[in-house]
Amino acid sequence: MSENLSEQQRSGEQQAPEAPPQERDSLWLITFSPAIWAVHFLLSYLMTAIWCAKVAGRSGALGDIRVAVGVLTLIALIGIVLTGWRGWRKHSFGHATAPHDFDTPADRHRFLGFSTLLLSGLSFVATIFVALCVVFIGSCA
Amino acid sequence: MSEPIQYSDPQDEARAKAQAERLAAAWKTPTGWRYWSAVNNTEVGLWYTGVSFLFFLFAGVLAMLIRAQLAVPNNDLLSAETYNQVFTLHGSVMMFLFGVPIFEAFSILILPQMLGARDLPFPRLSAYGFWCFIIGGVFVCGSIFFGVAPQGGWFMYPPLTTTYQDGLGADIWLLGLSFIEVSSIAAAVELIVGVLKTRPPGMRINLIPLYSWYILVVAGMILFAFPPLIAGDLLFELERAFDWPFFDASRGGDPLLWQHLFWIFGHPEVYIIFLPAVALVATIVPTAAGRPIVGYSFIVLAAVGTGFISFGLWVHHMFTTGMPGISLAFFSAASEAVAIPTGVQIFCFLATALAGRFVKSVPMLFVAGALAIFVLGGLTGVMVALAPFDFQAHDTYFIVAHLHYVLIGGMLFPVIAGLYYFFPLARNKTLSDRLGRIAFWLMFIGFNIAFLPMHFTGLLGMPRRVYTYAPDMGFDVLNMVSTVGAFILAAGVAVLVWDVLRPKGRQPYSKRNPWNAGTLEWLAEMPGRAWGSRSIPIIKSRYPLWDQPNLMRDVDAGRFYLPDAEEGKRETLISSIIDAEPIQCLRVPGPTFLSMLAAIFTGGLFIFATYSWYVAAVVSAVLALITILIWLWTGTAVIPEKPKKNIGLDVTVPLYASGAKSVGWWAMFITMIGDMSAFGSLVFGYFFFWTVHDDFPPADAAGPGVFWPLVGLGLIAASWALTLLARRCNVRNHAAGFYGSLGLAAICTVAGAYSMWAGPHFSGLDPTTNVYPATVWVLVLWCLIHLSIGLIMQLYCLARRAAGWMTAVHDIDIRNIALFWHFMLITVGVTVAVIAGFPEVI
Repeated sequence: MSENLSEQQRSGEQQAPEAPPQERDSLWLITFSPAIWAVHFLLSYLMTAIWCAKVAGRSGALGDIRVAVGVLTLIALIGIVLTGWRGWRKHSFGHATAPHDFDTPADRHRFLGFSTLLLSGLSFVATIFVALCVVFIGSCA
Repeated sequence: MSEPIQYSDPQDEARAKAQAERLAAAWKTPTGWRYWSAVNNTEVGLWYTGVSFLFFLFAGVLAMLIRAQLAVPNNDLLSAETYNQVFTLHGSVMMFLFGVPIFEAFSILILPQMLGARDLPFPRLSAYGFWCFIIGGVFVCGSIFFGVAPQGGWFMYPPLTTTYQDGLGADIWLLGLSFIEVSSIAAAVELIVGVLKTRPPGMRINLIPLYSWYILVVAGMILFAFPPLIAGDLLFELERAFDWPFFDASRGGDPLLWQHLFWIFGHPEVYIIFLPAVALVATIVPTAAGRPIVGYSFIVLAAVGTGFISFGLWVHHMFTTGMPGISLAFFSAASEAVAIPTGVQIFCFLATALAGRFVKSVPMLFVAGALAIFVLGGLTGVMVALAPFDFQAHDTYFIVAHLHYVLIGGMLFPVIAGLYYFFPLARNKTLSDRLGRIAFWLMFIGFNIAFLPMHFTGLLGMPRRVYTYAPDMGFDVLNMVSTVGAFILAAGVAVLVWDVLRPKGRQPYSKRNPWNAGTLEWLAEMPGRAWGSRSIPIIKSRYPLWDQPNLMRDVDAGRFYLPDAEEGKRETLISSIIDAEPIQCLRVPGPTFLSMLAAIFTGGLFIFATYSWYVAAVVSAVLALITILIWLWTGTAVIPEKPKKNIGLDVTVPLYASGAKSVGWWAMFITMIGDMSAFGSLVFGYFFFWTVHDDFPPADAAGPGVFWPLVGLGLIAASWALTLLARRCNVRNHAAGFYGSLGLAAICTVAGAYSMWAGPHFSGLDPTTNVYPATVWVLVLWCLIHLSIGLIMQLYCLARRAAGWMTAVHDIDIRNIALFWHFMLITVGVTVAVIAGFPEVI
């Protein structure tokens, strides 16, 4: 099968045993960035909903809550970038490149890193999508 | 691939034969009437799949009735009331009895095979889920023959269903479907533990089949999506049966709370239906292309990313309810964002198909049709995700067209592709290529003729759910075309049904691995064996059948793990989560009628409650409890006859594991996560009322006070601490300490429950007067139900140790209940903080 071909084409160096990474891997890391997105999304929604219902009134201005969402967005994006950076570091461990499909601890480590990186990218964009709402909309109407 | 096995000497051959005989005896499927006591995944999965398809056909017939009624204007084929029942049941059955269960059914059937496992870790739980499903499903579907089916639409909006519709319909919907949700959560627990813990050695997390990734994500989504609906159902039924005014605006309630809870469930549910179907596509496409998937990590991104983002979409079903524009905007933004991961996986499939040497087959034909239809549905999805467009299209036939494009393209076509693909695995024979092609073209053409015109019918202004329409409004021709298309689609389904049911006695068995696939499930022999895989192999690749030479031969020769059943017991291998190292040999239970009985009694609880026969319901609940206790007592945490076992290849693993190493602990943890999300939904209800209503709590309302709730919290905290102490005493084999602390804990639980009840009771909170006391009471009620379960668990552990079934080493039971009690403490702590502390104190 073509899988065999591609494996043969890879350099021997990549298949050579590498010292397995010291840190313990966990599945939770790949959920970090989307979880940050979820918390950011929920807080943005709840903060503005409570603001409009309790403070500004249904035709009031969003005012300060836009700044609050902005700060929240900044914190969320920093969190996502840091998680993505962590993922990138794991993905770059050793010399091998994707698809990380060898039966070695090192490739498992790289795979988890790469997935973390990809999910961080998606979460980054999705968080900006949410933040754009308070850029374009200024009132509770 | 399946060359004859070469043994080095005759003794080896004799030994292999004896092993195979012992293995076959241990996994033997019961015969005669006892066949129905089977719990093995191959039987339960098959029944589950078959029954889901029956419900699909039933709902399909309802769809034909709908289309026949709408074929011409002013039609009187169905009365308005019957029509309401027909469309409500069509939607509910397709969603609850086909869409979600078919994924559970397929997964129970093929996931163990795909992981080279003998069975899932909790076979009796799967069987219980199946029996709950069939009982609840027949109950809900049967109602239409008595003219009492629900008629409020599949989302049952109040006040229509609380104030304006008499009869049992809404109760049948609420209780019947809540009951089925139990089986979905049972399946979710089973599948998560299955994917994480029953993988073959070597199948590290970067090598698991994509199907398992999707199933893991979807099962996780079920834990957060279904419980809000269960919480909503509880509120709804309390309103219908006992007049607690959660959704009654005149007493401070709000019908929008139901919409929130329903759609927090309802939108992720669409993805719960869609993702497993995509998982089938991700399985079929590499096989058809003859090459590994392009972008494995990207598909993991798509599955996990969609799983998360799909929870940020629910309000897009509520764009026209008058919420602030900024709230709509957030959900609109997330609805657009979810298109990114969805698109990524489709590009991965196209790239795989283009990069490989494509082999044409019926499954691939359905996959191609699915992608074409789904992309169209996805595009209209992006349109309706924009709030201003949705204001125009809401509740018109445009939405009907959109959702059918998404669901039929995203779910039905892939499922039929999966049916053709996996049929040899389940029934040992292949389906007809010719009939498959005919079925496909009839369905594909019929579908488009039926649903494409509905976009225009909707844009012309035809609303959903009208039982008829006047002539000359521009709807006549479009509706007639849709009806013709729908019947062509139905003809395609009829061909498919014939292909599945036609006698195949003279047809030879399918060859092994008929599609030349690379994943483990195709190790199965033809005809299949009850043991699944002859021995559990070591995996080194994502497509082991392609990449590992002689794998099939070595597996068949029993050269890997667990090739034997020396003790005559059913066993499967438990492995570690990340690297799949073997850590335990798990004894799984065999056939029993207990699962079926427990489901019948649980069903009785829900069904009798529908008719307000509360005495019968309580009796049924007690019988269910007794049955489940017998099941737990006799079939779980069994102490093995020896501590360890050699599983082959000189590897020895324990036969018993407790705490975080055991599958039972994980099942408890996962169940409690689901439980927490139901509880969180009730708390959300409290804060929702506070946010949207100025008079919540009403100015003159007496709360439950601070004293009793705090006393309750103190006692429950004591019970929790004593339970942990009992666990510690048990490990140290300090019998007096164990019995003393756990006995005292049980007393604290009873006293704590009394105090929780005393707060609202003594301050005279009447739940029927206003939504505030009702909300306080429902939180307390939730605690009381859980405290009863916690109490039973404490007494159960006392009895287990007294009976010698639990020891200092064999302590699964006490460790699992200690875990439950952590969550119990959180539940009571949050309840007390909310009812006693908010908003007065904080």
